Amino acid sequence: MAPGARPVLSIRGLRKSFGSVEVLKGIDLDVRARELVFVIGPSGSGKSTLLRCCNRLEEPTDGSILFDGIDVLSPRTDINAVRRRIGMVFQSFNLYPHMTAAGNVMLALRRVLKKGRAEADAIARAALARVGLADKAGSYPGELSGGQQQRVAIARALALEPVAVLFDEPTSALDPELVGSVLQVMRELREAGMTMVVVSHEMGFARAAADRVLFMDQGEIVEEGPPAQIFGAPRHARTRAFIEQIVRH
Amino acid sequence: MLQTFFDLDIMRAALPYLLQGLWTTLLLVALVVPLGLAGGLIVALLSTSRRRSVRWPLVVYVDFFRAFPPLVLLIFIYAGLPFAGLELGAFASVAIGFFLNTSSYYGEILRAGIESVARGQMEAARSTGLTKAQAMAWVVLPQAVRNVLPDLVGNTLEVAKLTSLASVVALPELLFAARSAQSLTFNPSPIVLAALIYFVLLWPFVRLLSRLEHRTLAGR
Repeated sequence: MAPGARPVLSIRGLRKSFGSVEVLKGIDLDVRARELVFVIGPSGSGKSTLLRCCNRLEEPTDGSILFDGIDVLSPRTDINAVRRRIGMVFQSFNLYPHMTAAGNVMLALRRVLKKGRAEADAIARAALARVGLADKAGSYPGELSGGQQQRVAIARALALEPVAVLFDEPTSALDPELVGSVLQVMRELREAGMTMVVVSHEMGFARAAADRVLFMDQGEIVEEGPPAQIFGAPRHARTRAFIEQIVRH
Repeated sequence: MLQTFFDLDIMRAALPYLLQGLWTTLLLVALVVPLGLAGGLIVALLSTSRRRSVRWPLVVYVDFFRAFPPLVLLIFIYAGLPFAGLELGAFASVAIGFFLNTSSYYGEILRAGIESVARGQMEAARSTGLTKAQAMAWVVLPQAVRNVLPDLVGNTLEVAKLTSLASVVALPELLFAARSAQSLTFNPSPIVLAALIYFVLLWPFVRLLSRLEHRTLAGR
């Protein structure tokens, strides 16, 4: 499936400092429609911060972000309207523990999109079915496994019919035997043509599904290219050292 | 001895008067608890503000009124402020004094509750397009209240007992009624009766609190 030419996400000169520490040092990145961009890098390299700047969970210090033609960082932009069109999946799931799986998915449908109870319920059930959890609609997060919880979180993002979905280490908090179910859902999403930016260490998934892999280190994109190149023949010494380290473990 | 403290004739005679006092006590509780909770909620929500200029005065407010003995506060408002030309009367003095006291306690409890909710909850809600107020109302506050429910019930119990302080400014609530009956009859039985009424009124909440605390500990 060839990614379209239109960039959905266009980032220029993005900088972010926490106090005196600069974690993003001028990032340029274009993500085209239907593209899956995979971001790797050591912890503290700024990859999560990069994702979190895209929907302004972190406020960038400088630079510009264009999402679907909208200037995300403009003070005149309704950030809530942008956010409901960018899905986000978190490392620690962040499901609402006091609501059922269906309740988790329905909340934004009801309160943001102002849909009626019956319609929101139907959409929620369809979204849960899409991640293979049709039978868990009435379960609370505490009654679900980590893998199931993360799939509910993906359903919560998908229910809003986002233009793109950001994944922030979606499988890092999971027991190894539960990783597969989440990756399977992500693979299906990819096949359905969803635009995705994925921060993760799942190299096998990256090789199989990514259009492009970015290697970040110390707040910069050091190298980018197709998975075969980044994993097989990295050009930079820093990339090579990182890949070797990951493969060894 | 038993005759002195449990004089049934005197108790029977004082009962209607005490029930009238109980009614005033219940009115006070019904006024002070919701107002204190509402004030406390505002204090707690503003305390989570990113602006120091908003947080700072609230810290001072909460600390000040938590350190101020409520009896002293009440007497100051009732008997002190008239010297500044501000005469509030018994009921208003009690309402204002108790509001200042209870809203700072409820505020501190709710603030702790809000802070006990993982930051990712707010972020997840905001990432789906909910406003900060919506995320607070639907995601953070329900969890916050559940996390501090024993403290909220415990504080409400304290507020109910606190209302007996209103007797010192001659507000005819339960304790004041009992004191009046006692001085009229030269017998302590009305005080004993008032104590019994307080007990019957509050004991169910004490039991509820114990169960909540037990559940919280077991849930950890």
